[in-house]
Amino acid sequence: MANGEITSIVIRTVSRIIIPFIQLFGLYTIIHGEASPGGGFQGGVILGTSIILLTIVFGLEEAKRRIPRGLILVFMSLGLLIYSGIGLLDMLFGGKYLEYTRLPLPLPAHEISALSILCVEIGIGITVMSVIILLFFYSVRDEDAHGINA
Amino acid sequence: MIYPLGLLLLLFLVICALIAVSLKDLLDSVIVLSVYSLIMALTWLEMNAPDVAFTEAAVGAGVTTFLFVAALSKTKRREE
Repeated sequence: MANGEITSIVIRTVSRIIIPFIQLFGLYTIIHGEASPGGGFQGGVILGTSIILLTIVFGLEEAKRRIPRGLILVFMSLGLLIYSGIGLLDMLFGGKYLEYTRLPLPLPAHEISALSILCVEIGIGITVMSVIILLFFYSVRDEDAHGINA
Repeated sequence: MIYPLGLLLLLFLVICALIAVSLKDLLDSVIVLSVYSLIMALTWLEMNAPDVAFTEAAVGAGVTTFLFVAALSKTKRREE
């Protein structure tokens, strides 16, 4: 286990196959959050878990090479911006915070509401995914990770 | 009204909680705690709360287990 990386070829191959499907399921959970169980938070957690699996199997260096730390910070802020931006946009057009039906779009009111809720869920999902990845990166960061074998 | 399945799940839940508290090896304790989370997710599902069950399965059994193991690798594995 050099560099905290798993060398077993079975685990590496299965992880490489299964990680895209985990991410697809996370996207499905976010998109279908209003009609079925799930939503932005759960989908974001599933997306973050796929990156945690990648970190465990392929090592921290590989995961940091694929997902730079600056990108995670940008995603964290972007999700929050989407959420609060939609809420403030509703206030700008004379409604309350997150009162979706006031947006001046040429659509029926319930469709505007559904579209706004979808955007809010996507924002929540992006933020939760980035925060979980960042938490995991920070908690496994140190090199003296030998206590588990003691 | 408590159905037999719900009663069985609650019984397993209490057993898992007692085992997780009483174990001296903290890594075993973390694994039993993730089993506890999975049974808790089944209990939520049995109570017709699939949204909460989803969250419990993803966060309780997935992420917190990773975070606990990462925290254990910084400290000692056995309780004094």
